[in-house]
Amino acid sequence: MFRYIIRRILQFIPVLLAVTFFTFVMMRAIPGGPFDFAGDRSLPPQVVANLNARYHLDWPMWKQFLSYVVGDEMLGEEGSSRGLIRGDLGLSLRYRGQSVNDIIATTLPVSAQLGFMALLLALFIGIPMGTIAALKQNTWIDYTSTFAAVAFLSIPNLVLAPILIWIFALKLGWFPVATWGAKPPYLWGFLPSLEQMNIDYFKHAVLPVFALGTSSAAGIARLTRASLLQVVNEDYIRTARSKGLRERTVIIVHALKNSLIPVVTIIGPAFAALVTGTFVVELIFGLNGMGKHFVNSIGNRDYSIITGVTLLYAIVLVIANLLVDISYAWLDPRIRFD
Amino acid sequence: MEDREVILDIQDLRTRFATNEGLVHAVNGISYQLHAGETLGIVGESGCGKSVSMLSVMRLLQVPPAKILADAIKFKGEDLMLIPRSEMRRVRGNEIAMIFQDPMTSLNPVLTVGFQIKEPLKLHMGLSDEDATERAAELLTLVEIPDAELRLNDYPHQFSGGMRQRAMVAIALACNPTLLIADEPTTALDVTIQAQLVDLVKQLQHELGMALIWITHDLGVVAGLAERVIVMYAGFVVEDALVDDLYGNPRHPYTAALLRSLPRMDGRSGEVLEVIEGLPPDLLDEPVGCPFAPRCSFVKDKCREQNPLLEEFAPQHNVACWIDINTGEFK
Repeated sequence: MFRYIIRRILQFIPVLLAVTFFTFVMMRAIPGGPFDFAGDRSLPPQVVANLNARYHLDWPMWKQFLSYVVGDEMLGEEGSSRGLIRGDLGLSLRYRGQSVNDIIATTLPVSAQLGFMALLLALFIGIPMGTIAALKQNTWIDYTSTFAAVAFLSIPNLVLAPILIWIFALKLGWFPVATWGAKPPYLWGFLPSLEQMNIDYFKHAVLPVFALGTSSAAGIARLTRASLLQVVNEDYIRTARSKGLRERTVIIVHALKNSLIPVVTIIGPAFAALVTGTFVVELIFGLNGMGKHFVNSIGNRDYSIITGVTLLYAIVLVIANLLVDISYAWLDPRIRFD
Repeated sequence: MEDREVILDIQDLRTRFATNEGLVHAVNGISYQLHAGETLGIVGESGCGKSVSMLSVMRLLQVPPAKILADAIKFKGEDLMLIPRSEMRRVRGNEIAMIFQDPMTSLNPVLTVGFQIKEPLKLHMGLSDEDATERAAELLTLVEIPDAELRLNDYPHQFSGGMRQRAMVAIALACNPTLLIADEPTTALDVTIQAQLVDLVKQLQHELGMALIWITHDLGVVAGLAERVIVMYAGFVVEDALVDDLYGNPRHPYTAALLRSLPRMDGRSGEVLEVIEGLPPDLLDEPVGCPFAPRCSFVKDKCREQNPLLEEFAPQHNVACWIDINTGEFK
């Protein structure tokens, strides 16, 4: 198992390099550049040329990429890039004086806290709801929860978030309308510090977490239901019943573990997507998360941010998928990685 | 002649399934008795209701779509049709245990073999985990799996097909059941492993003194195993006889035709085996007349209109047929 994990981590390197390369090249290939406009004014060509020279955008593409990956020092050039291999994601082209590392360090914790709570919500609502729906197949409980699942899957959070704010913040006044309850410095760089983790923090979190997590919860509920319905028709479930076990024991001990494999499979990508931030929910609740950078940086042609956040997303995704593969082995002993 | 206690008394069991195509008449009123320690073989082709009748007795069918009707299913004097579900769970795996057809899919792949053997021990006998582990190892040894203590920690995929079926037998025998129902346990195994399993179950039955119902479509297996055989066809019992009577003197045209379709040791080589022409009736149709009439070589008009009841032909030999097959005339 240990050797398998090491091998998988080594395999990440070419994958992440390829992701970086394609993002890097493709973004520079689209028309327009980071310095086309300052506000609504276009900049004089001479200024643009100076800026391009300052950020080495006048270099040939291969040289820019090498500079990004290994750093200027190794190329024997003057420049600010210390290289991806030393963990330097470069300077933002739009936010003057800020490095991509700084931007990620301030915005990722908010997104990660929100995303992680949303994922927990999705699991703790989705799995039990799917299980109950499967056990009460074709009863009103099943129909209600299936209807709710389809509804929550269909309502975009663009719609759900304002509705939640209107009901629970404006009309009932239970939760704050917007903003996040924790500010830097963060514990271990991503957790809210202990004195900030109070009732107020969670009050701020409730609405965005629900807005973000319910559709995942609905998806997981539907998947759990379908998977469990398939498993309860297996022969070994009949064997378990023939032993005289209670129906509850049959389901929890004999069926649930078998039915969770497809659920675990979608948790990996869902984790990566939720934790690295989501544009709409962060925008509506006014959270300073990473989600907005995925969208805004493309419009701004802020090449370093685009490449940086894409790479970070890819890293979270490959790690999440590795964890998923490891948990397969725990769920199903027939799967071994030696 | 039978002075052993009757432990299972099935009276007019009917099982139906509601499907989109209509009502499937899987079991159409079967009655028989089983005595303590007796070995009963139930034979018939696929879909004749032999497995469904046993699953009905165990109440292991999903209701609905299944519908189980019976005048009574008495087990040790207690009517299994009337007791609540919690009581039924006490009977299952404890008094009546069952082994199934496909050992590859009948064990849970994500739980260890030991865990699965220990489950009924803890449930019905209230053993502690330690005692259950010890007993589980004994059971695996009993079913002739070497290094039993080590193998308890294995998962089913680490067992061969024959070993899995032995593990199933160990689970079934865990609580010393009064009755063991074996639902085609050898069908998925190769022939040498089949013979070993039959011998093992026979020997264990002898040692533990339980009654055994062995469901199969293999007349050869039944001949060497059972004391008494029930032949089922389209959800009906058509013949019920002691094993020697059935093979030596079959009285139902279906039984006789089945036996003629078997290859014989003393048959001439190259001899073409007899086949039964036609197909079994569609179970979606309401049964009218004798179910075997369309394929029967002795058929008369009465057979198509009235279904013969199972009647005593000789002591311990019951047949459901209007015709005497030796003469081809009405009895």
